[in-house]
Amino acid sequence: MVDTIHFTPWSALAGGALIGLAASLLVVANGRVAGISGLLGSLMSPTDSGRGEKALFILGLLAAPLLWALFQAWPAIEFKTGAVGLVVAGLCVGIGTRYGSGCTSGHGVCGLSRLSPRSIVATLCFMFAGFVTVFVLRHLLGL
Amino acid sequence: MKKLTAFVAGLLFGIGLLLAGMANPAKVLGFLDIAGAWDPSLALVMVAAIAVAWMPFHWAMKHPTSLLGAPMQLPVSRELDRRLIGGSLLFGVGWGIAGICPGPALVLLPTGHWQAWVFVIAMLAGMLIFKALQARR
Repeated sequence: MVDTIHFTPWSALAGGALIGLAASLLVVANGRVAGISGLLGSLMSPTDSGRGEKALFILGLLAAPLLWALFQAWPAIEFKTGAVGLVVAGLCVGIGTRYGSGCTSGHGVCGLSRLSPRSIVATLCFMFAGFVTVFVLRHLLGL
Repeated sequence: MKKLTAFVAGLLFGIGLLLAGMANPAKVLGFLDIAGAWDPSLALVMVAAIAVAWMPFHWAMKHPTSLLGAPMQLPVSRELDRRLIGGSLLFGVGWGIAGICPGPALVLLPTGHWQAWVFVIAMLAGMLIFKALQARR
């Protein structure tokens, strides 16, 4: 069943277009992939190249909500997970994205845009695991 | 100039995530819950992002340098190995638990929710654990 109350097609399309535009800008101007987990991982390696521009991309990401708050109230933000769940989830995301060489941005947006076979496989894997995890937690365990 | 374009790209990326609803964990979980009241919004976020990024990335694949003269650094590996699949599955499990992936996690930090800080610290710890495991290989 589609949840017609929470379905927001126009803001989803507009937000997605902005994400695509941002990824395009970074690759066309800087020659780099806008993959957040990869950029963070690279910032942890003192020998990697271009750490200045990578740090500025991350800084832009952190500044975005502040710019948003100048013009708009915060959008709805609701967490469904307690402290333990957040720690487990954060560890899985941190380790998993580094082993898998990317996350929703690097594989899901940038990789799919160039039809990379690795990114197609990675995206199918994390989508599948996400669907299964929510199904198990919500519908089998009732959490 | 490269630093400016990188900053603007990060800013646009973050605004896009906020506008799209990706920075709302409850909404992301609503997308991942196909057996419940399913919110397909995030599929449209992906479709729109890819539609916009398609031509620029295909341009990038054909050019050795960027418009600012930087070398084009696209991933070259084509191997579908256990690391790619296992890592992505593990990431998906974490995404399914909290409804947060790395980009939105950073965007959520300045919004004043303690949950975002707990998640980001755990995520960075996970990345450091990966780094330590790599160094031992």
